[in-house]
Amino acid sequence: MNRTVLDLWVGVFVAIGVAAVLFLALKVGNLASANIGETYRLQANFDNIGGLKPRAPVKSSGVVVGRVTEITFDPTLYVAVVKMDVDKRYVFPRDTFATILTSGLLGEQYIGFEVGGDTEMLAADATITKTQSAVVLEKLISQFMFNKAAESPQAPEQ
Amino acid sequence: MIARVLRSIGARTLDGLWRLGFASRFFIAVLMRSGTAFSRFSLTIREVYSTGVLSLIIIMVSGFFVGLVLGLQGYETLQRYGSSEALGILVALSLVRELGPVVAGLLFASRAGSALTAEIGLMKATEQLKAMDMMAVDPIARVVAPRFWGGVISMPLLAALFSMMGVFGAWFIGVVFIGVDDGAFWSQMQASVDFRYDIVNGIIKSIVFGFAVSLIAVFEGYDSAPTAEGVSRAITRTVVNSALTILALDFVLTSFMFRGIG
Repeated sequence: MNRTVLDLWVGVFVAIGVAAVLFLALKVGNLASANIGETYRLQANFDNIGGLKPRAPVKSSGVVVGRVTEITFDPTLYVAVVKMDVDKRYVFPRDTFATILTSGLLGEQYIGFEVGGDTEMLAADATITKTQSAVVLEKLISQFMFNKAAESPQAPEQ
Repeated sequence: MIARVLRSIGARTLDGLWRLGFASRFFIAVLMRSGTAFSRFSLTIREVYSTGVLSLIIIMVSGFFVGLVLGLQGYETLQRYGSSEALGILVALSLVRELGPVVAGLLFASRAGSALTAEIGLMKATEQLKAMDMMAVDPIARVVAPRFWGGVISMPLLAALFSMMGVFGAWFIGVVFIGVDDGAFWSQMQASVDFRYDIVNGIIKSIVFGFAVSLIAVFEGYDSAPTAEGVSRAITRTVVNSALTILALDFVLTSFMFRGIG
């Protein structure tokens, strides 16, 4: 085959191949949108993290501001230690409340920041002291059942 | 009787080991003599044409149809749980992580790998390789290495094209025909497909498959018995061994890459 025609076809092939990779990266993947640039590390201790996993989002007012990087267990305090990378553009007051929430009824779990009113801000590598554990469905149901059971003996008297 | 069975098992094991060792030495030899494939890059470009460009149609059409089927089946199951908007996630993750590299690799082995084996095997059967050797042209450097690298270059690009066509096919059936919301389809996909974790790992898989299939194809061609029957057997072995290697490597790579922490 003619050399120039060959080069042209290979050029077209490589170009659309690279275009396909770019399409996957930008349109299918999150390279364009959720790419968090500079980050700083925060830490929070939870009694119970439920189903929280590494790479889960950290949100404030519903906007993704960071990601969970590491979850470990502290054997002296018996708490779960969650480390997260937060975007450098956002700083949070020191009395920020970190809560483990669930998106939708059965969706993935994420950390929500409820911003407090402190004038001092959380520095890098700081620990968030005000945390609230994940809601465990079984506990919620059993609580509800015990409350019902406690109420029911009075019911016939009425 | 028992001794004969044992002897045949032993012979098969030794034969397999010998071939494995020979293939590894052949791989090293190809790598060592790859200089020509890059210094005379037009040789490699010709092979990118015959393995990559000529496989374009089958890869793109198959990718599109796989996407159509994934879209239909995914919608069928997801709408029972009222989450048909998650169709984008389902299709994109299964294509980018698994189906793209694996199915493109299988198609690549049967379309381009078999052609490579046939070409080299026929060159061997008609003693062209020996003739080159006599003219002091190294057949591994001149014939084998450019074909090997052509396959290695083509495979990741073909796998990416396959995934792209698959996503497009699923979009076509899901959004255009069934009426899943266009914005939800793309935004949910983008929210849960991670570039480094999902896409880069998929590309790594396709590169590994490219090396494996190309090596098997050129090795079986070079190792074929120099007869018509020998070449046809070599082609069959290329397709069978490539398919098994791709599926086995895919399991190994998946177990290293995706540990359910994402």
